[in-house]
Amino acid sequence: MPSPAPIVASNLTLAYDDRVIMRDLSFQVEAGSVFIIMGPSGCGKSTLLRHLIGLQEPASGTYQLFGKDFWKQTPDEQAQLMKRVGILYQRCGLWSSMTIAQNIALPLQQYTTLSQREIQALCEYKLSLVGLGGYGNFYPSELSGGMQKRAGLARAMALDPEILFFDEPSSGLDPVSANRLDELMLQLQKSLNSTLVVVTHDLDSIFTIGTTAIFLDPATKSMTAQGNPRELLRSTEDPSLREFLSRGGIRK
Amino acid sequence: MPPATAQFQAPNQLLVCGDWLRNQPRPSASQILENHPPQAGDCLVASELGQWDSTLPITLLELILAYRKAGFDLDYRQLPEGLVKLLNLSLDSRRNTSQKQPPPPLTLLNQAGYFGIHVSEILFRIVDFVGELTLAIARMFIGQSRMRLADWLEKLVVCGPRALPIISLISFLMGVILAFIGAIPLKWFQAEMYVASLVGIGMLRLMGPVMVGIVMAGRTSSAYAAELGTMQVNEELDAMRTLGIPAMDFLVLPRFLAMCLMMPMLGIFADLISILGGLVVAVVYLHLSPLSYFSVLTQTTRVSDLLVGLFTCAVLGILDGICGCYQGLNCGRDAESVGRATTSAVISCIVCIVIAVSLITVLSVVLKI
Repeated sequence: MPSPAPIVASNLTLAYDDRVIMRDLSFQVEAGSVFIIMGPSGCGKSTLLRHLIGLQEPASGTYQLFGKDFWKQTPDEQAQLMKRVGILYQRCGLWSSMTIAQNIALPLQQYTTLSQREIQALCEYKLSLVGLGGYGNFYPSELSGGMQKRAGLARAMALDPEILFFDEPSSGLDPVSANRLDELMLQLQKSLNSTLVVVTHDLDSIFTIGTTAIFLDPATKSMTAQGNPRELLRSTEDPSLREFLSRGGIRK
Repeated sequence: MPPATAQFQAPNQLLVCGDWLRNQPRPSASQILENHPPQAGDCLVASELGQWDSTLPITLLELILAYRKAGFDLDYRQLPEGLVKLLNLSLDSRRNTSQKQPPPPLTLLNQAGYFGIHVSEILFRIVDFVGELTLAIARMFIGQSRMRLADWLEKLVVCGPRALPIISLISFLMGVILAFIGAIPLKWFQAEMYVASLVGIGMLRLMGPVMVGIVMAGRTSSAYAAELGTMQVNEELDAMRTLGIPAMDFLVLPRFLAMCLMMPMLGIFADLISILGGLVVAVVYLHLSPLSYFSVLTQTTRVSDLLVGLFTCAVLGILDGICGCYQGLNCGRDAESVGRATTSAVISCIVCIVIAVSLITVLSVVLKI
């Protein structure tokens, strides 16, 4: 029996005060999938992500996380739900006054009863998974952009989340580093069997890692397509989606 | 839910089973090794392995590394595929570790040397900053500055009119406090009328400038440091440098000039308001008439008191402007550095204010001004 969809959004309308960004978004993210939120710059991808990770309440509609209506839960219940997700922010969001190991240890100290020794072992393990073994004592400012992304990913995985959210993971990275990060994300997703939700407009990432994608169209302020990215490229008749997906040339 | 266990069933098979979750009891690697020290040909197998989180791989990794340390290999290829991949990923990365070496311990002489170098670097940077600022001012006088008038006017408004409410409140209360403190001993000698002299001379010469200087340090210099520091973090300053736009002309000069120009004006304003504060105490508490208060005030305070106060204000304005902008431009590139720059701006302003006021006071006594 397949696992129930951990994320179900129904008729979500996103707005800043009276300014509507997107309206009537309905989709569900299947367990174990790599779900891509794509669209041109400024279409509201990151705003949608802010709603999905509980930073901003939608103007209308319902958002179910792990089968619970997120915005109808108490703050404590919301915090319990958020413990089951990990987030890699666009600018990593690493705490600059702490070392990388301390960044990873903080959520473990906050939410688990593990001993200091176990927490240290977990930090080393998470860093080794993202290829940063031995970098625990470095401060974020001492790492390159790509390494900061991987350190952010290690922190996002600290609590063994069931869903990992990524906000523009390849932004600010060179193509080789971006490709390595994509591979790492896929490798971790397969090993941990977790669900990935990735906000991106990077075509390479979309076609490499995406199993399902939705396209947000700023012109209509709505979601105009949903499906496998390669199939969408083959079958779509929406000119803006076709233009978006083929801007890097024709793909096979 | 079966508990987590790891036991040798056959001579060489370590069987891992049950749920390995961080909130449940589970055997540690050392406990497993206590019963069965590392041997050649041992392997890991899983049977009835339920849910597991990162606590399982870290225990297995510890076992594998302990085996390697003892010169043996613990075969883990028979474990579930996902677990094997995670172990491979982690072990591969551990081969290429680059541990950060702790710095060697420093002797007292080393520490003194480093401190001397650090202080000389700071002094050099301050001299460099003041020199650059002087050149920027010179460029402005010969009409070659790239300072934008709109920026300067905006900073004038921020420094001046928008500071009036806080300056009014504090200077009025300072006048009241000074008059109250003076009223008690003056009453002993039936010299209450001279409360006007106390407030007038005290505020005009010293207290007014110091109070305005400290308020502007906390309100405006800190804001300068935070603004410029955040620009440093956001690489806005780098963008200016690479475009050949001098940050000194574009960012520092409008802020510095606004502070220098507004400080004496705020000083005069603070003097007037504090005199009114003194008047309230004189009338309400000492039952003096406003006329006699102002009469004593004008007879006993001199123009030189006001001029010394204005000079002090101008000097403190220069110091506040320099401290705020210097700390902002020399800020690091992370969030913590912005906080540090802001704090340093306020502290350095206050230290400079105290030193400058002491020097001016001594100088005015020596010169009999």
